[in-house]
Amino acid sequence: MKFDTPATTNPIDQMKIVGKPTNRIEGPLKTTGTAPYAYERHDVAANQAYGYVVGSAIAKGRIASMNLDEARAAPGVIAIVTADNAGKLAKGNFNTAKLLGGPDIEHYHQAIALVVADSFEQARAAASLVRVEYTRGKGAYDLAAAIDTAIKPKASFGTEPDTAVGNFAAAFAAAPVQLDARYTTPDHSHAMMEPHATIAAWEGDKLTVWTSNQMIAWSVGDMAKTLGIPKENIRFDSPYIGGGFGGKLFNRADVLLAALGAKASKRPVKVALPRPLMINNTTHRPATIQRVRLGATADGKLTAIGHESWSGDLPGGGPETAVAQTRLLYAGENRMTAMRLAVLDLPEGNAMRAPGEAPGLMALEIAVDELAEKVGMDPVALRVLNDTQVDPEKPSRPFSQRQLNKCLETGAEKFGWSKRAKPGATRDGRWLVGMGVAAAFRNNLNGPSAARVRLAKSGVVTVETDMTDIGTGTYTIIAQTAAEMMGVPLDKVVVKLGDSSFPVSAGSGGQWGANSSTAGVYAACVKLREAVVQKLGLASDAVFADGKVKAGRRSVALGDAAADGELVAEDNMEYGDLAEKFQQSTFGAHFVEAGVDAMTGEIRVRRMLAVCAAGRILNPKAARSQVIGAMTMGAGAALMEELAVDKRFGFFVNHDLAGYEVPVHADIPHQDVIFLDEADPTTSPMKAKGVGELGICGVAAAVANAIYNATGVRVRNYPITLDKLLGKLPDMV
Amino acid sequence: MKSFTYERVDSAAAATAAFTRTPGARFIAGGTNLLDLMKLEIETPSHLIDVSRLALDKIEATAEGGLRIGAMVRNTDLASDARVRRDYGLLTRALVAGASGQLRNKATTAGNLLQRTRCPYFYDTNQPCNKRKPGSGCAAIGGFNRLHAVVGASDACIATHPSDMAVAMRALDAAIETVDAAGKARAIPIADFYRAPGKTPHLETVLAPGELITAVTLPKPVGGTHIYHKVRDRASYAFALISVGAIVQRDGTGRVALGGVGYKPWRVEAAEAALPRGAKPVADGLLAGARTTHENAYKLPLVERTLAGVLAQAKG
Repeated sequence: MKFDTPATTNPIDQMKIVGKPTNRIEGPLKTTGTAPYAYERHDVAANQAYGYVVGSAIAKGRIASMNLDEARAAPGVIAIVTADNAGKLAKGNFNTAKLLGGPDIEHYHQAIALVVADSFEQARAAASLVRVEYTRGKGAYDLAAAIDTAIKPKASFGTEPDTAVGNFAAAFAAAPVQLDARYTTPDHSHAMMEPHATIAAWEGDKLTVWTSNQMIAWSVGDMAKTLGIPKENIRFDSPYIGGGFGGKLFNRADVLLAALGAKASKRPVKVALPRPLMINNTTHRPATIQRVRLGATADGKLTAIGHESWSGDLPGGGPETAVAQTRLLYAGENRMTAMRLAVLDLPEGNAMRAPGEAPGLMALEIAVDELAEKVGMDPVALRVLNDTQVDPEKPSRPFSQRQLNKCLETGAEKFGWSKRAKPGATRDGRWLVGMGVAAAFRNNLNGPSAARVRLAKSGVVTVETDMTDIGTGTYTIIAQTAAEMMGVPLDKVVVKLGDSSFPVSAGSGGQWGANSSTAGVYAACVKLREAVVQKLGLASDAVFADGKVKAGRRSVALGDAAADGELVAEDNMEYGDLAEKFQQSTFGAHFVEAGVDAMTGEIRVRRMLAVCAAGRILNPKAARSQVIGAMTMGAGAALMEELAVDKRFGFFVNHDLAGYEVPVHADIPHQDVIFLDEADPTTSPMKAKGVGELGICGVAAAVANAIYNATGVRVRNYPITLDKLLGKLPDMV
Repeated sequence: MKSFTYERVDSAAAATAAFTRTPGARFIAGGTNLLDLMKLEIETPSHLIDVSRLALDKIEATAEGGLRIGAMVRNTDLASDARVRRDYGLLTRALVAGASGQLRNKATTAGNLLQRTRCPYFYDTNQPCNKRKPGSGCAAIGGFNRLHAVVGASDACIATHPSDMAVAMRALDAAIETVDAAGKARAIPIADFYRAPGKTPHLETVLAPGELITAVTLPKPVGGTHIYHKVRDRASYAFALISVGAIVQRDGTGRVALGGVGYKPWRVEAAEAALPRGAKPVADGLLAGARTTHENAYKLPLVERTLAGVLAQAKG
């Protein structure tokens, strides 16, 4: 099915099942510990051996020598895989550094060997007996020191490095009110609950991997390329994923090394990346240095918007697209954005939840708060004043829907924004209390997505697609979609995901999964409905409801269409140019109240509210979970999350969950989420958009602005820890 | 993890005897720290002597009016003991500020005192660390050291002691009772228990090899208002940036010990005389001779301000 004109009325609009706050259909499996995650799939292949990864002890240089004798002689050892004995390996299209390094080392903890043994303990013990001598090379590890060498990168994923409209320099220089400030965001780790893990088994020249992966088809293709075998010979199975946040968009060392270990040991091999290895071995959100310049009239109208961002990555890597939202968020006739990329020899930078917008809004939305103060305007009012209903860089393109102002105004009312006082003026005992606001913005992306649906005589509808559920609720919204389309209750739908033998979906990433994958299921269900009416000899306008198909005076049980054999339909949803004609984005407003201990500078979020406008919300319960989780992640980015870079040795020092702090329950006392009632006919027949990344966008800036309102201290370098406030707090009582 | 052998003993004498038999052995009780260190091969004992079942899990009154806390008393049980809550509130507050409920259910009193630093370079065996590998250097000096010591450190090591409980114990003048391999018992004031890093940061306490902690004793209660303020970046489940444990009497006199600033819970009795005059002179005395790095100088004003807040709270 091709979606190239805005949707009209369709069966989803009934909203009998879609749009209802529905519990996860796979929830009982997860809460009872019976949903099998990758490392626990003991039943899929007999005689599994264990692989343990050896990571490089240096960040850059060469392996001078590697002695495997002791490790090979250790109890239980079956095989040791290294770049020396693994055969020719290509690099995947989605990888910047090699998944198996050596003799050249590209980053700290890059995998250089896999030790396979009968037990996990034997593999781990033997791994420490792999003796490696290194020749250290000189690397660049300090972004601030490297920005003078940064270059203009190539366009990536359609994002140009530079844009310019009007005459920014002149307009900024002439603006009566100017804001010119520099902000920094640190490297972030995905820190998802489930580490990367894979079991791999070969049958002849055919490879099966049971793994934890967001993008099945990408990863099958990359594994085929890396191993030099046809992708038809590879099967991925990833039905349950304990979080990804972009860290599992691509193959990591566990997949490749499990496959190589299984080949070398002639047994199925399982590999998990230990937590202390994960942070430097896999990808992370790169640090940024950003300069924001805003020029405005005395009454707060933006006339000049400039946003520049510098980030680093390994050679061949890409920039953090932190200026992306600034091209679309506010009106303003004169604008410029630019991204520059430096070579850093830290681990590979890559996508993490709302790449670009998350760190970009951390800077931009503080800058807007600062401008509002300079103008002497309420920051909600300033944002509302500078709204645009068209793409400011290409005014002929309207937004398909844009209710940012309503998000801001609704939130202000619900949150009690009018009670916000001037900075440093509100006290609650020893706590200085403040409120902050920030806009949330994240583009909506759609991708082709296919599904197969099967109708059984029992009336049960089974959906098969290689779509993944990374903890987001995909199983449930797909079941809701199929149930709505076929007119059956939810418990008559079975959803099977994450298997590369199923039709290729959009996968999970960039908050494109929900709308894209359900649209694919919609398309397949349209075909199945056609097959049903044809089989039953009904008119094509038959109604599917209550487990029956009704046309005129005839009413037939749906399952009757499969009385003499299962009916199967498959289709792929593809997209025309609606996303070019209309700018499709998601919007929100975050409100935060924070307290700062006047004595110690300790910062605690007190309450949070998000108001989101993101098209039709397919399942408000699952969507709310996405948003409150993202708000929590945003609070972490504001207050504590930072990969500490050792600029001498070139690695992230706090590489475990003791050192890399993420919020705990006590940090997040109260959260509310409001979804505006929307349906966007330009996005798909589902009229939905993504929401899982919108939720993090702007949160950290709202926290930062609340801290400023509480204390009068402006911190522009994240995370905002107490040491950055301490010298500027009011004198002690 | 290196392969090791294991035995469980049922008496302190059997524990020390087992140690004498098996060089390279370590005692293990709750294992909340040692097991992690073994998995990372930071600790590589050849033999574990499990002392967790020793009958040292009672809290008893002493003839002097204090308490004797068995070495195996779990952190959770110690924190919730009615006598501790009534008379040694500082200890309860420090305990519940540490770790998580699950860890406190496992962790023992003796083990808490003996837990090792959380310096991230100590935890990464690819990095130099004089505490882990004597003579290899200190990567924290000149590296990521926002969390590190400001007092008592040396050119060989700037690690901090991570315990909250020990801070309270120090303010309460606890003593550590031990028995050695020869069966000889002694009581070590907590003030004398930890060794300064100097050039030998791998030697952390005055315990002799094979010497086993059997109990921690608290003198009779001193009254006063007990406050433990642990300052950290997140609200729970994090080690202290700094912590202040204080006992403040109605007349403004009292005691103060600090966590997160040095290799041991940090108390300077002489500085306490200044308590009635406020936080600054006390903090100055506590932190005299402090040496800070490019990342941890904030700890000095933080101690003073946190102490000021604690004193204000004590006044009510």
